Amino acid sequence: MTLEATDIAKTYGAVRALDGAHLTVRAGEVVALVGDNGAGKSTLVKVVSGAVQPDSGTVSFLGRPVRIHRPADAQALGITTVFQDLALCENLDVVANLFLGAEKRSWSVLGEVAMERTARDLLTSLDVRIRDVRAPVAMLSGGQRQSVAIARALLGEPKMVILDEPTAALGVEQTAQVLDLIRRLRERGLAVLLVSHNLADVRAVSDRVVVLRLGRNVADLETANASQEQIVAAITGATL
Amino acid sequence: MSQLATAAWDRARDRVRRGDLGSAPVAVGLVLIAIVFSSLNQHFLSAENLTNLALQMAATGTIALGIIMVLLLGEIDLSAGSVSGLSAVVTTLLYVQSSWPAVLAVLAGLATAAVVGVLHGVMRTALAMPSFVVTLAGLIGWQGLLLYLLGSEGTINLPFDHGIATLSDTWLPPWLGWLVVVLLAGGHLAAALVVRARRVQAELPVPAAWLVALRSAGLAALLAVAVAVLNSDRGVPLTLVVFGGLVIVMDLVLRRTVFGRRIFAVGGNAEAARRAGINVTSIRVLAFVAASVLAAVGGILAASRLAAVNQSSGGSDILLMAIAAAVIGGTSLFGGRGRAHAALLGILVIQSITNGMLLLNVNSAIRFMVTAAVLAVSVAVDSLARRGATAGLH
Repeated sequence: MTLEATDIAKTYGAVRALDGAHLTVRAGEVVALVGDNGAGKSTLVKVVSGAVQPDSGTVSFLGRPVRIHRPADAQALGITTVFQDLALCENLDVVANLFLGAEKRSWSVLGEVAMERTARDLLTSLDVRIRDVRAPVAMLSGGQRQSVAIARALLGEPKMVILDEPTAALGVEQTAQVLDLIRRLRERGLAVLLVSHNLADVRAVSDRVVVLRLGRNVADLETANASQEQIVAAITGATL
Repeated sequence: MSQLATAAWDRARDRVRRGDLGSAPVAVGLVLIAIVFSSLNQHFLSAENLTNLALQMAATGTIALGIIMVLLLGEIDLSAGSVSGLSAVVTTLLYVQSSWPAVLAVLAGLATAAVVGVLHGVMRTALAMPSFVVTLAGLIGWQGLLLYLLGSEGTINLPFDHGIATLSDTWLPPWLGWLVVVLLAGGHLAAALVVRARRVQAELPVPAAWLVALRSAGLAALLAVAVAVLNSDRGVPLTLVVFGGLVIVMDLVLRRTVFGRRIFAVGGNAEAARRAGINVTSIRVLAFVAASVLAAVGGILAASRLAAVNQSSGGSDILLMAIAAAVIGGTSLFGGRGRAHAALLGILVIQSITNGMLLLNVNSAIRFMVTAAVLAVSVAVDSLARRGATAGLH
């Protein structure tokens, strides 16, 4: 079990965002976290990525109980998060963005050759096609940018990747590209947590669907055996 | 070979397609300026006048170099003129009145500017004041301090025959000028070949060897023409070497070091840079320090050329010309885009116009209007190219 969060509770003032939620993600598994607005998805993701401290509950990672106080703690454990707004520098090229903040260097001089080699190898292994890795990111399509953002998350060799609405702003073809990329993350043996509103994407790519409602788990379904109606019913709280 | 030429052509076309015209428009502009002024006055392209041009542009060009540092972050430094004057006055006071050795006096002037830069940077970051306001206050305040330090005298002369004033009356002997050409072009070629060899070793695509050689040869030819012209008059002026050296150093820092990469990152998307673990605050403070220190170097060069400091040191149109030079050279006001040699190209354009107009005995009314038109046209060409590029994307 890569990640196991149990009995997580978090209140903001009078609002009970999470009320005993739990979540498990295995290596080589894509878990979709779905729920209506205010169901507690974002809060749960923030707890795992270190952006928010839960009031109670335990998190264990690779079988050991851990405390994640800050985003850097999550990074150090091997949990990396790709946020919806991609946080790329559009004026810099693909290589520079991939290594932003973690540039290869000798003394203070950039190791451009080594960075470009690693970047090309990484993008090839993920089957991400970008014609010129030295072109500014501003010139790339939305799907390519999302791919660059995800590829950047992989450079730190994480054990688990959290994707926050990775297809929200993309067209059909580019969504397909990104979903392919998510499948390749699974093939690499990574634990993938996918937060998404788009049930078509969720059903296309995930192994398991975890549904939150009002801060509690209301369903944990094998994607292969779950119908769209079942998932929607769990999200809305309707009975079939 | 034709295949490689096609690849090079493709890359150039890609750049144009994304609106990146590089230095081409400025180069065209410089050729036009040369044609117009030399047809109006045959003295314009004479060795003596071109040497004067080189002397005239070093000080403001160096200040423009500092302006580029803050523009790359999407900030502005309106105080660069005042700081250049203030540092020159501090240096001159210590050198002339306190009889400090020249080197120490200059270092003290630069240190003063560094303190000013830290102050600006802290006000921008810790107090979250817009840089426009911080440096507007600096523009007024440091000018005030300059007047206070000068006191009732108003002018302090630098001795002509030794020390700081001789800086702008020192010329490289012809052989040394040629040695500089050989070293720069040779260094350029060697560096390009080393990078190429490493890329071959890493199995990365490389430009054709002849293309690498051609670029270095082009640089060598440009430098050789410049040195030949300057040598036929008084030689290469030391102030030009100082300015050119600073341009080269800053170019290498911006393009080849982690610090430079982070300057561009913060200028492009400060929030992304912060999330990537970059210390945005320290980058900003350092940029303001660099801007102030380069302004100080410019101020000291100007004092050396005038052999004096006075109440108008760093005043009048110096700041505006430095900003105009950075922008004409191709630096974006919105951050994240620009290169060090923008200062060199921009100041060449501005100083050529000024110099040509003075030769023609045109008064400064016309000169200001022509400079304004060139500034407007250069920015218009750039933004039209970019708008065309983004329109093509969607």
